[in-house]
Amino acid sequence: MNLIDKIFKFNGGIKAETKKAISTSIPIEKITIPKTLILPLRQHIGNMPKIMVNIGDYVLKGQIIAEADGSVSAAIHAPTSGTIRSIEKLLVPHPSGLPDYCVVILPDMKDQWIQKSPINWKKIGIDETIKLLLNSGIVGLGGAAFPSHLKLGVNQTNKITTLIVNAAECEPYITCDDMLIRERSEELIKGIQLVQELLGAKETIIGIEDNKPIALDQLNLFSKKQSSITTKVVPTIYPSGDAKRLIYLINGIKIPKQKRAAEYGIQMFNVATIVAIYRFIQFGEPSISRIVTITGNLHRPKNYEVLFGTSLRDLIKKSGGQIIKNDTYIMGGPMMGFKLPSIDISVTKTMNCVISAEEEMLKEKKEPLPCIRCSKCAEACPVELQPQELFWLSKSDQFEKAQSYNLFDCIECGCCSYVCPSNIPLVQFYRYAKSEIIADNIAKEEADIARERNDFRILRLEREKKERAERNAKRKLENNSGEKAKLIAEKRAEIAAAVSRTINKEVN
Amino acid sequence: MLTSILVILFLAIIIGLVLGFSSVQFKVEGDPIVEKIDSILPQTQCGQCSYPGCKPYANAIAKGEADINQCPPGGEAGVRALAELMGVEYKPLNQSHGATKPKAVAFIDEDTCIGCTLCIQACPVDAILGAAKQMHTIIEKECTGCELCLPPCPVDCITMPEIKEDTENWKWKYPVYNINNTNLNQSKADH
Repeated sequence: MNLIDKIFKFNGGIKAETKKAISTSIPIEKITIPKTLILPLRQHIGNMPKIMVNIGDYVLKGQIIAEADGSVSAAIHAPTSGTIRSIEKLLVPHPSGLPDYCVVILPDMKDQWIQKSPINWKKIGIDETIKLLLNSGIVGLGGAAFPSHLKLGVNQTNKITTLIVNAAECEPYITCDDMLIRERSEELIKGIQLVQELLGAKETIIGIEDNKPIALDQLNLFSKKQSSITTKVVPTIYPSGDAKRLIYLINGIKIPKQKRAAEYGIQMFNVATIVAIYRFIQFGEPSISRIVTITGNLHRPKNYEVLFGTSLRDLIKKSGGQIIKNDTYIMGGPMMGFKLPSIDISVTKTMNCVISAEEEMLKEKKEPLPCIRCSKCAEACPVELQPQELFWLSKSDQFEKAQSYNLFDCIECGCCSYVCPSNIPLVQFYRYAKSEIIADNIAKEEADIARERNDFRILRLEREKKERAERNAKRKLENNSGEKAKLIAEKRAEIAAAVSRTINKEVN
Repeated sequence: MLTSILVILFLAIIIGLVLGFSSVQFKVEGDPIVEKIDSILPQTQCGQCSYPGCKPYANAIAKGEADINQCPPGGEAGVRALAELMGVEYKPLNQSHGATKPKAVAFIDEDTCIGCTLCIQACPVDAILGAAKQMHTIIEKECTGCELCLPPCPVDCITMPEIKEDTENWKWKYPVYNINNTNLNQSKADH
C-alpha cells in the first residue's frame, strides 16, 4: 500500500528493454480442448511420478494419471476426460532436446470432471491439508517447478512470519503473472489469505515491479481491505524476481548461502501458484492448466490459458504465426530461457513463456573475444560473485576451486553475459561446471555404495568359508565319538562280515 | 654446564612423554594413504588393473608395487588425481590393461538365461538376483559395469548396453566457440 516504503537495492542487475507491452493489449484467451494432449511425466523438480493408468483406460478430467513418488515429487492429472492412447518417449521442453516419458490422451470432448472434493481445511487441520496437496500436482509456476506442498509444510520446522508473494516478473517479454493479476486479482487475494493462514504467517507482502501499474491498481483495490496484506513496489531491475533478491529488496534481509528463506521466517510463492493452491482447496481442482505468454515475433502475441499437454504448435498458429520466418523459439525469458528443439512439444507446468525469436536476437552474436578482466560482470552480478574468476576456473575444469568461489550460489541470471564486452557466454561455462560437479558427486556416491557392497561380499564369503570349515570339523568330531560312532562301527562290522562271507563263498 | 645438560635432559623427557602419549592416544588405524587412493578409484571392482579389486590395487599402489595408470574405468582424470595424491608425474593410461569405455550396465536376456548362478558368483557387488534354475536379473542401480559376469555365462545371455543420455543424466556441454582471429589481429594492428 505504501509506495514510499524503503526499498533496499541489491548489487548490479541490469535494466533491459522490458518488451512486455506487446503481449498485454489483449485479455487472456482460454484455449479449447485440443485433439490430443501429450503430458510429460517429468514436469517438476524431484522424482518422476508413478504411472497409475494403462493404455486404453478412460480417464476423467482431474483424475490422477501419475502419482507422486515420495515427498519430493508431484502428481500429474488428466487435463480433460478421454482415453489413454499411449505411454511413450516423446520430445519434451528440455534444453537437451532429448525425448522423455509422456502419457498421450485422446480427449472425448465431453470435458467430464471427476468428483471434485473441495477441502474444508479448517475442519481437517493444516497437516492433513498439506498431505492432500501432495497429490494436487501443484508446483511453483514461476518456472522453478518446486513441489508446493513442501514449501507449505515448512512451518513444522520453522516458524513462518512473513509470506512474500512474488509478482515481480522481472524478465523481459513475460507477462503471464501480470495478466493474471489484472484479471483475477480477487481470486489471488483470497488465495493469499488462505496461504497466509496455512503458513501461520502474520503478514503478507506482495512484491511487484513498477512497470505493472494496472496490476498494481488491481492489487491495491483488493488489498486495501486487508490489513495484513501490503504491496511493495520494487524498481524494474532484472533480476528482482529472484527469490533471495526480492526478499532483500523488500525486507533488507540477506539470506546467506545454503540457507533457506524459511529459516528466517519468510516463505515465498509466485502469484500463479497461489491461485492454483486456492482453486485446489476451494473447488477441488488440481493443477491441470496454466497461463502462458506467447510473444515476440508473432502476428498476435498474447497470453493463453491452456491445458497442460496442449501442443505449442497450436498456440503459435493461434497467434498468427511468425512475422519473419526463422523457426526459432525460446522457452522462458530471453535472459534465462533456452532455445526449443522444436515446437512439436506440449505446454508443461514450467512453461511460463515462449518467445518467437526477433531479428535482433538472431543477428549473429559477435564472436567471443578473450576476457580482458574488466570486471564489468562482477559489477553486474546480483549475487556479488566474481564471475571473471568463475569463468577461468570453469573453463579450465578447476571445479573444486570454482566451488570455493561459490559457484553454486550463481543463479544463472545471465547479467554477466549480458554486460560482457567480450561477448563471452559466461553462464554456459557455469552451467557446464555445475553439471560436471553434480555428475561427479553422483559417481562418488555410487562408488561408495559399490565399495560397501564389495566389502560386504568379501566379508560374507569369508564368513561362509569359516562356517563351512566349522561344520566339517564338527561332523568329523561327531563321527569319531558317541552314538554315531557306535552306529558307524556296527555298520562297518556288518560290511566286513558280508565281505568275508562272499570271499568264503568264492573260495568254496 | 650442568644446568644446560639438565635443561636439555628435562626437555628431552617432556618431549618424549608427549610423543609417547600421542602415539598411543592418537593412533591412526590402518593406512590412511590406502584409504585416500581407494576413494579416488572408481570402485567398479573389475580387476582390469590385474588386482582382484579396487582395495587390493590401492594397497599395491601404496606399497609402490603397482603403477598409477592401470585403471581404465578411472580414466585420465583418475590417473591425474592419483598422480597428484602420490606426488608423481602423470603418465597416460597403460593400454595393456584395456581402454576407457563409456559407462555401461549389464543386461541379462531373460529368455536365454538357464539359471546356472555362475554370474551371481562372479559379481563383485552382489548386483545379480536369482537362484539355481531360476531366471536371473541385474539390479541395475547396483551394477558397476565391471563385465566380470560375461566370461562365466555358459549361454552368453549377458550384454553390456551403454547407459544412454536422457533428460535426467544429461549434462550441459562445454561451450565451444571460435576466438575471432581477424578481430584479434585487427586490434593488435591498432596498437
